[in-house]
Amino acid sequence: MQNATAAEAPVTLTYRDAVREALHAALRDDPRVFLMGEDVGRYGGSYAVSKGLLETFGAERIRDTPLCESTFVGAGIGAALGGMRPIVEVMTVNFSLLALDQIVNNAATLSHMSGGQLNVPLVIRLATGAGRQLGAQHSHSLEGWYAHIPGLRIAVPATIDDARFMLAAALRLPDPVLLFEHLYLYNMQGTLTEGLEQVDLERAAIRRTGRDVTLISYGWSLHKCLAAAATLAAEGIEAEVLDLRSLRPLDEATIMASVRHTHHALIVDEGWRSGSLAAEIVTRIVEQAFYELDAPVARLCTAEVPIPYAQHLEEAALPSPARIAAAARELLTSARGP
Amino acid sequence: MNALVAPALTQTHGLALLRAMLRIRAFEDRCYQLYGQMRIRGFLHLYNGEEAVAAGAFAALRPEDAIVSTYREHGHALARGVPMNRVMAELFGKQTGCSGGRGGSMHLFDVTRKFYGGNAIVAGGLPIAVGLALAQKLRGEPALTACFFGDGAVAEGEFHESLNLAALWRLPVLFLCENNRYAMGTALDRAQAETDISLKAGAYRIPAAALDGMDVFAVETAVADAARGIRGGGGPVLLEMRTYRFRAHSMFDPQLYRDRAEVEQWRKKGPLITLTTRLKALGLMSEEDYQRLERECNAEVDAAVAFAERSPWEPVSSLERFVYAERHRR
Repeated sequence: MQNATAAEAPVTLTYRDAVREALHAALRDDPRVFLMGEDVGRYGGSYAVSKGLLETFGAERIRDTPLCESTFVGAGIGAALGGMRPIVEVMTVNFSLLALDQIVNNAATLSHMSGGQLNVPLVIRLATGAGRQLGAQHSHSLEGWYAHIPGLRIAVPATIDDARFMLAAALRLPDPVLLFEHLYLYNMQGTLTEGLEQVDLERAAIRRTGRDVTLISYGWSLHKCLAAAATLAAEGIEAEVLDLRSLRPLDEATIMASVRHTHHALIVDEGWRSGSLAAEIVTRIVEQAFYELDAPVARLCTAEVPIPYAQHLEEAALPSPARIAAAARELLTSARGP
Repeated sequence: MNALVAPALTQTHGLALLRAMLRIRAFEDRCYQLYGQMRIRGFLHLYNGEEAVAAGAFAALRPEDAIVSTYREHGHALARGVPMNRVMAELFGKQTGCSGGRGGSMHLFDVTRKFYGGNAIVAGGLPIAVGLALAQKLRGEPALTACFFGDGAVAEGEFHESLNLAALWRLPVLFLCENNRYAMGTALDRAQAETDISLKAGAYRIPAAALDGMDVFAVETAVADAARGIRGGGGPVLLEMRTYRFRAHSMFDPQLYRDRAEVEQWRKKGPLITLTTRLKALGLMSEEDYQRLERECNAEVDAAVAFAERSPWEPVSSLERFVYAERHRR
């Protein structure tokens, strides 16, 4: 690659900046779009994502809500039915449990239950995940739960590009879309791919190519997988790293193509193992690519405990690059047999 | 609220309201029979006794207003103008039903009439009504959202959250509480420390009134007055309509929680009896007029049943349609 000149040098920005730019562009481009949630306005967003938007777009379009998750999510559904394109920020996935009735019983069902008369073009943004010593009630990774529900679309931006462009893709869809932003990623720095103007919300992406093993993940775990792949590369193991991007629908074609290429799959999921998204992916691989496998599919999930506060305990509970690398080595060793 | 001014009662109007109520009664009496014959399945919640609320409210609402309803919504749908054929076909689970057979009794929808459904989660419709009203306000539409719910919903958090948000944002929501005194089998005074529901609106600075939900004119007048205030930008209003359900909660309810004598007491105050007596006393309706109305309503029900019976089933091949939207893609 040629060196870029100073004038062409891409601007470094954080994931948080990228989401804010996405919000800014959506509000600028479509008068039907508005942002609503707890402290999105004057406070600037719990994670400072919406900082400055109130000054630009005013209180009608950057709406601070009272603490009433069920009702402001339901109001988002109603506003979507009424012709608007609301973006509802639920501060974290943990609080979305207070809005489960509206998300599961209304947003997900209204299209089907009305025989296709209604549709709910609603985007819900939620911070998710652990890693900041916030304790059990602020550290859930429940996106896999939501991916269980027909009628919802679940997407997870893990890169600067996706943080910048997934929102517009979600707003283009006529269905309810939940966008999960891992709280650990907000400070991540990077650059936007030059010339990129939009992304899709259906396809997985190969973030690193490799021939030996496929590491399948999303969100913060993707970056742990990339770190593990770098470690493994130094040992001569070439890991392919697959970013799911969309948890519902799952891009089976990209998953199976990679598994057929590497013949080994390790799923890394910050959710708990029992009844998990990881379990679903394992099953689909077994169903569709069983004879391509040189070893049983492996997975690395969060330990089955409420996430503890103490740093060493939290760290021990979550997938880490070291544990991912170890699991990949073990997978390849077991494949070679005794 | 402003003083309520009842409109002058004309023969045409009186008979129209009576017809609206008789249609609902005739429709549901037939539903009751059809349920016994297992032609209608699932849950079936009858509105019998509460017809004055639907007839009065929809006489005062406009086509551009959005409607959010509950699982006891046959009367609302019919009074709104959802064709009886399509409502009956929905109860049969047929393709021609107003939800294509995917909703059933508790989930009647008609988007062309801004009828945003029966919601089967108690209080689950209130936040949606707030959102519809928010869209109306943001889009500058000269319309309101009328949201029906029962006394049971008042115990739910979403009731309080929704009243607060509607008042805080001064949204055009008309909260219509159909207080039939029982949340399934739990009497209001066993569920609420304050049984005067209209008083609860005061905590959110929402104007409210309690009225006789058995009196169709009282309902019509109160709804018209409230709607006028809301359309004028006055923000939400709550009306508590005190009514009574004569039949069981659903078809699986032995009614162990109330005395037969209480039901009989309320039947004497029933909305159809009250209005019929009044129209006759005023010389606005003869017994022949009444018989004719009843015949016409029964004939419409006969036709609806025939329509539902001859309608096709949705093919199983389309089972997975509409889980995601098939239109409005941009």
